[in-house]
Amino acid sequence: MTTTPLAGTTTAVAARATELSKVYGQGETQVVALDRVSVDFRQAEFTAIMGPSGSGKSTLMHCVAGLDTFSNGSVRIGETELGSLKDKQLTKLRRDKIGFIFQAFNLLPTLTALENITLPMDIAGRKPDKQWLDTVIKMIGLSDRLGHRPSQLSGGQQQRVAVARALASRPDIIFGDEPTGNLDSRSGAEVLGFLRNSVRELGQTVVMVTHDPVAAAYADRVVFLADGRIVDEVYGPTAESVLDRMKQFDGKGRTS
Amino acid sequence: MFRTALRNVLAHKARLLMTVLAVMLGVAFVSGTLVFTNTISDAYQKSSAKGFDQVDVAVRPKSQEDKGDTVGKEHKLTRPLLDKVAAAPGAGTAVGVVNGFTAIAGKDGKLIGGGFQSQGGNYWGTDDPRYPLTKGHAPHGEDEVAIDSETARRAGYKVGDTVRISVDGPVLAPTVTGVFTTDDGNVAAGGSLALFDTATAQRLFHSVGSYDEIDVKAAAGTSQTALRAAIDRVVPEDVASTTTGRQLADDQATQIAAAMSGMKTGLLVFAGISLFVGTFIIANTFTMLVAQRTKELALLRAVGASRRQVTRSVLVEAFVVGAVAAVAGLAAGIGIGAGMRSLMGTFGATVPDGPLVVSPGTVGTALLVGVLITMLAAWLPGRRAAKIPPVAAMSSVHAKATTKSLVLRNTLGALLAAAGVAVVLYATTMDGSDGQAPMGFGAVLLIIGVFVLTPLLSRPLIAAAAPVLRVFGISGKLARQNSVRNPRRTAATASALMIGLTLITGMTVMAGSLQKSIDKMASSAIRADYVVSMANGNSLSPDVEKKLAGVDGVTDTSSLRNAPSRIDRQTEFLTGVNGPAITELTDLDVTDGSFQVGGTRVVVDKDTAASHHWKAGSQFTVSYEDGKKQRLTVAGVYEGNEMIQGIILDNATLSPHQTDASDMQVMLKTSHGASEATKDRLEKALGDNPAIKVQDKQDLSDGIAQMFTLMLNMLYGLLAMAVVVAVLGVINTLAMSVFERSQEIGMLRAIGLDRKGIKRMVRLESLVISLFGGVLGIGLGVFFGWAAGELLGSRMSTYELVLPWGRMAVFLLLAATVGVLAALWPARRAARLNMLTAIKSE
Repeated sequence: MTTTPLAGTTTAVAARATELSKVYGQGETQVVALDRVSVDFRQAEFTAIMGPSGSGKSTLMHCVAGLDTFSNGSVRIGETELGSLKDKQLTKLRRDKIGFIFQAFNLLPTLTALENITLPMDIAGRKPDKQWLDTVIKMIGLSDRLGHRPSQLSGGQQQRVAVARALASRPDIIFGDEPTGNLDSRSGAEVLGFLRNSVRELGQTVVMVTHDPVAAAYADRVVFLADGRIVDEVYGPTAESVLDRMKQFDGKGRTS
Repeated sequence: MFRTALRNVLAHKARLLMTVLAVMLGVAFVSGTLVFTNTISDAYQKSSAKGFDQVDVAVRPKSQEDKGDTVGKEHKLTRPLLDKVAAAPGAGTAVGVVNGFTAIAGKDGKLIGGGFQSQGGNYWGTDDPRYPLTKGHAPHGEDEVAIDSETARRAGYKVGDTVRISVDGPVLAPTVTGVFTTDDGNVAAGGSLALFDTATAQRLFHSVGSYDEIDVKAAAGTSQTALRAAIDRVVPEDVASTTTGRQLADDQATQIAAAMSGMKTGLLVFAGISLFVGTFIIANTFTMLVAQRTKELALLRAVGASRRQVTRSVLVEAFVVGAVAAVAGLAAGIGIGAGMRSLMGTFGATVPDGPLVVSPGTVGTALLVGVLITMLAAWLPGRRAAKIPPVAAMSSVHAKATTKSLVLRNTLGALLAAAGVAVVLYATTMDGSDGQAPMGFGAVLLIIGVFVLTPLLSRPLIAAAAPVLRVFGISGKLARQNSVRNPRRTAATASALMIGLTLITGMTVMAGSLQKSIDKMASSAIRADYVVSMANGNSLSPDVEKKLAGVDGVTDTSSLRNAPSRIDRQTEFLTGVNGPAITELTDLDVTDGSFQVGGTRVVVDKDTAASHHWKAGSQFTVSYEDGKKQRLTVAGVYEGNEMIQGIILDNATLSPHQTDASDMQVMLKTSHGASEATKDRLEKALGDNPAIKVQDKQDLSDGIAQMFTLMLNMLYGLLAMAVVVAVLGVINTLAMSVFERSQEIGMLRAIGLDRKGIKRMVRLESLVISLFGGVLGIGLGVFFGWAAGELLGSRMSTYELVLPWGRMAVFLLLAATVGVLAALWPARRAARLNMLTAIKSE
């Protein structure tokens, strides 16, 4: 648990949750979504978070990504502690340090592909790094479609634009919320390939929530959640190993 | 299907709120107008009916028959006639009525009331049944007067006080000897009534020895009709006519109703404009609701609902919305009606008391209007809903509007607008009243054309704003793109605002130009330093001119005297002036001959000359009031204006034929020009008469300006409702946009746009839409103002277009304010949107 077998060279932590709890409601109707979760996401590592629905995997991601508030514990992105931040500072943090990829692509239909890619920088009022932008665009292979609007692109192409949008501002960490959930398997594989390449070739840190073992197999590490707790993790996963782990843990989950 | 529709209404309560409000405001305007006018007219009718309590039969003089070349004049009701009437069987008391204009000054020296309801009359004998005295005794002789209790209360006069009173010139200062109560309608409406004894009244009102009317009260047991029949037998048929009191009350009621119906129609026109603006909001809302429910409606179609049923379900929804809004609007309208009456009271306009009248007609109209407007506006969206194919239930994407319809729409719009512009332009080349109908028609065509074209216009016009929006960074860029995303909706929203601003700007341009031209006309045509006239437009006593001529420093004076005459078997009004002085006092453009007034030489304005086919040197025969005839020669033809027009002749020629001279105005020139000191001297010479206005050129200009300002302010007030409804429309559209784009807004928040940025984005979108409507409205308004001015101005030599840049800037600012205000709530909502639910939705 101290070294990343695939990235190898660095152990710096991009994001860390310590004793993180999230509780909805009060008294009788109280629901514990996260129960004292502690987890590190190391730089240049591709992590998948898995678990059955209701396990708290999305909540964990939302809390770590500064999209949602938490009840107890702490979350750090780099050196910044999120718990003490106001909405305005959180927004700035998301803008400058975090990239997002959503299940439903969430591109702005009024903007062209290129404009969508540079949107986070436009929001920040920064000029994009031309060279980096070229690298990212070349990698996702949409050079000839930059002037198209999302409605003129296929689902896979749209999600590739979304990946580029997340990468373009060189965030410290990228969060993906079921990024392949709305894609067919071929397009999904493409998108996951890009994410893995971005980690290996560009040194990007990626955290992805998924329920698909095939998608999880692209990651360096898989973290399993159940009932708001981390129950296991696997390094260098394959689709089979993840599926086995899921089955086993499903059985355990039922009996415990 | 009805239950589905009802459920839909309930499910979309919040989204229908603005629509309900818009319809409600329109209905409230309509019902408020009806309640207010009915209430007022009912109150006036009751009060005037009471005023006829003391009259069972009225005898009024008849005009001598207008025959041939003689001018019609009234017969006189004399004392012997009154005695005969009083002796008629069944007659109780007979009262000879004398009345005329009488101004009463308050303690501050200013006229009490507006001047138009300042009345004077006679107190009959020592105990006039018409006017029960509450204090003091009947007036006797010319130093005594009785005044009505309401005026006494307002001005603070008591029995024994001296009041300054003016009838047609010299100021009188009689003592108040009595205070009486009266049911007189004019007094109830805020006027004043001063009574003299009969002989004094007859002398003051220029009818010595005669009465204006004889009012007879029937003896007990005699009916009005029986008494009238009895009186008819003693009154010569050609001298006077008789009317029963009931008939008089009925006549007056009809008159009041007619006057009120004019006001009612005027107000309803503006209520109609508000409702029309509201239809854009209704159509927008239902279009959106249908679009959002595409899948649901397609499902209904798939399981077997017919197209008609789908349309009907939308219409039923509209019916429910309309009905709710109409009921609320009616309630608000009744409140407005009641509020308006008390508001008039606080402005000093006294309205007779009476109950609030909410007739079944009002209720029916309000409900019908609300429901019909809503259903009519929802008709097109309903039709569109029916066209959704059943297969749309299966597809995930909403059926997209085809571009073909926009192509068709743009072609149609361009044709309509072009035709409208062409017709309006053509109408401007026509003459005055001939051009009105084509211009109105062209204006309607153009407005409809622009309505149809606004979706197309929105892109280039909003793109023009891009450089400004770029200042606001990404928020500005997104706002611009969002505002052209649904061109139809943006267009409908902007159009709603456009209507109000078109009317407001058009009226402002027209009024400004007219004011300037009338002002110029008046000031350029007049050389006189002062114009003296009566406050209520009545005629002045000839003494006034004599007095003014005697004032130190006055060099020239001329009265403008009015006299009816017959020329070529038509009645023409002659204007008598002081011939030798008139060229010193006026400066009228002469188009033919020369400006000579004296002896039988007269000057005629262009229009009159044209209608009689006269030119310089023409001769014609005039029959004066006294029946005498004279041959006159046209010395010159001049350009007439609002103040001076018609046939002008020398008073020396006219006077011998007049019994009572009536001077409408006196113009005068002084050796040192106009100054405060001169004005004071003139006013003093007239005894500081409250009823006489001494105005210099500046006062005349101010008077004209004041008139236009008052009219414009009233129009602004009435059009404000249309603007308010348009604001609701902008709010509605923004709320819809925020609702529909919640996922996008959530994403923007997630990737780092802060709340301020989101708010700014919504506000800027609102601003862009509002300014789009504002620019279109102001542009159209200027065009219509110019065109209408061309038409009206064709008859005015001094007409020129005045573009009120300042006002136009204010209107644009108003549009911007509308945008900012309308965005307050939607922007807040957008900024507070829960990011996570927004991202997860779908």
